Amino acid sequence: MQILQYLINGISIGAVYAIIALGYTMVYGIAKMLNFAHGDVIMVGAYISFCVTNYLGLPAIVSILAAMIVCTVLGIIIEALAYKPLRGTSSLAVLITAIGVSYFLQNAAQLIWGSAPKNFTSIVTFKPFSLAGGELVITGEVIITIVISVLIMVGLTLFTGKTRMGKAMRAVSEDRDAAQLMGINVNQTISMTFAIGSALAAVAGVLLCSTVPTLMPTTGSMPGIRAFTAAVIGGIGSIPGAMLGGILLGVIETFSKKYISTEFSDAIVFAVLILILLVKPAGLLGKQVQEKV
Amino acid sequence: MKKIWNKLWNNKNTRTNLITYLVVIVAYAIMQTLYSMGILSSAMKGYMVPVCAYISLAVSLNLLVGICGELSLGHAGFMGIGAFTGIVVAALLETSIPNEILRLTVAMFAGGTMAGVFGFFIGIPALRLRGDYLAIVTLAFGEILKNIFGNLYIGLDAEGFHMAASAGKVQLLEGGKMILDGPVGATGINRLSTFPMGFVLILFTLFVVLNLINSKEGRAIKAVRDNRIAAESVGINVTAFRMKAFVVSAFLAGMAGVLFGLNMSSVAASKFNFNTSINILVFVVLGGMGNILGSIISATVLYILPEAMRGLDDLRMILYAVVLIIVMLCTWSPSVKNVMQRISAAIRDKVSRNKKEAGTNE
Repeated sequence: MQILQYLINGISIGAVYAIIALGYTMVYGIAKMLNFAHGDVIMVGAYISFCVTNYLGLPAIVSILAAMIVCTVLGIIIEALAYKPLRGTSSLAVLITAIGVSYFLQNAAQLIWGSAPKNFTSIVTFKPFSLAGGELVITGEVIITIVISVLIMVGLTLFTGKTRMGKAMRAVSEDRDAAQLMGINVNQTISMTFAIGSALAAVAGVLLCSTVPTLMPTTGSMPGIRAFTAAVIGGIGSIPGAMLGGILLGVIETFSKKYISTEFSDAIVFAVLILILLVKPAGLLGKQVQEKV
Repeated sequence: MKKIWNKLWNNKNTRTNLITYLVVIVAYAIMQTLYSMGILSSAMKGYMVPVCAYISLAVSLNLLVGICGELSLGHAGFMGIGAFTGIVVAALLETSIPNEILRLTVAMFAGGTMAGVFGFFIGIPALRLRGDYLAIVTLAFGEILKNIFGNLYIGLDAEGFHMAASAGKVQLLEGGKMILDGPVGATGINRLSTFPMGFVLILFTLFVVLNLINSKEGRAIKAVRDNRIAAESVGINVTAFRMKAFVVSAFLAGMAGVLFGLNMSSVAASKFNFNTSINILVFVVLGGMGNILGSIISATVLYILPEAMRGLDDLRMILYAVVLIIVMLCTWSPSVKNVMQRISAAIRDKVSRNKKEAGTNE
């Protein structure tokens, strides 16, 4: 029973990682860049939601929508100002710019909201319910997180598979030049990807802070790195890979904390990443691209 | 004598190297003079040794990123290995080597060797990967190392050396001393690092890196960077050369870590995190990849800049971030460069026209 409890908690944390990882993986797949500012968009989303519920007193659902709108706009602005001018140049230059954006967001948040941690009130209002005579306790946050992440995953799969925009995204990620020749607006597609990724980051931020209620300007950076690891485990660029990697990472993290060592859980998570990359250099569901001479 | 000088000066590589050494030596001489004249503020004095350490780190990372073309996001991990090894070695040798300079030198080589050995073992799995995946694995190793240091307990007492990986396991006799105390890190460090030693370390780093770059090995490493498949097809052992660059870079980072660690009275493992790795990478990229003098200058300026802006408080890191983004856009973006060129051309045009008009008026 205890194992089941940890498994459920692990899946719930993993679902949050998966939502964040989706943002990383979509941007990597389409723009071929490591967007290190993604973790900080999560933090901005959580702050917006916090402000809307605490200062304006609006219901949780409105706060999530507000966070999503603000983050979407933010994502598009960041892309247009900082990343678009560097398209086609060295990927290292884009990486450093992304880090600059990350510093900017963290410090802007510190300027606006202060560095003292805020106590985030959970968006979930219903009580946890227990099964099997109290041995298995499932909190409302866990249920909401899992439900929302499943909805997002299904929605995203349908979006990329069925809609015109989704097909354009897949085409751009496969071959940007060929896609452009087929009349796809590459710039617009990339902006759209950033918009979706950032909106997902806002949702992830709210879910994350509902589970772990401390909100600081640096809240997003560690989950950001972990979700990034998850995206790589699943095969960066692959949408089902990000989901699988996120959930796997969450479960591994929870189990290693409970059964192996609390202190070394970071080391274990990253060691798993290295082991997986050694066996499958492109991640679990990533495509191995043969180099042509 | 003049002939030799001409020969040296006419070789482009040698000339660049001589200029690099010269800049470092002149900068050291100026700083040392200012120091002895007592003009430097105490804050400035405090920056001198860390700047030396960061210069060495940037130069060693440049060997990996600029010359070898491999992106590493875990350089601070090697710095951390060096720092903690150096601190432990310096504490162990406190009685057997009374001379501080000698003790620091021994500690530096110990720290460097340890980082180099780790670099080798990390390199075996990591160098099987390429590009962004290699970057991610170095990031992972950096985090693993930080995690391990943060949970290492090392103590020293009359019975000798004690080591454990969890709190409370190290029981010391009376008069014993904890050298490393888990998440708290190393405290009560005997501060051995001095500015002249930092200068010597920079010279040593430059000597190793510049000689490596302009040797047969260096050319092979550059060939691997420019086109791996072509290099492989002319018989260059790609893995061996990448490994060489990786280990040398780790070794030098370890030495710089010792200098950095032994300059503080206390150091926690969290100092050697992802952000520090990124900062070193920023020095390298802004200084120009593969340009050693560029790394030296940008490490100095970018380390002192945020520190000097402390008066601006909350605004300073925002300014730093904005400056970073703008510099990246101005140096890399084709469209921004285009606009800048047009502006400068327009200004030049106007100036020359004004001159012409002035000429006809006469």
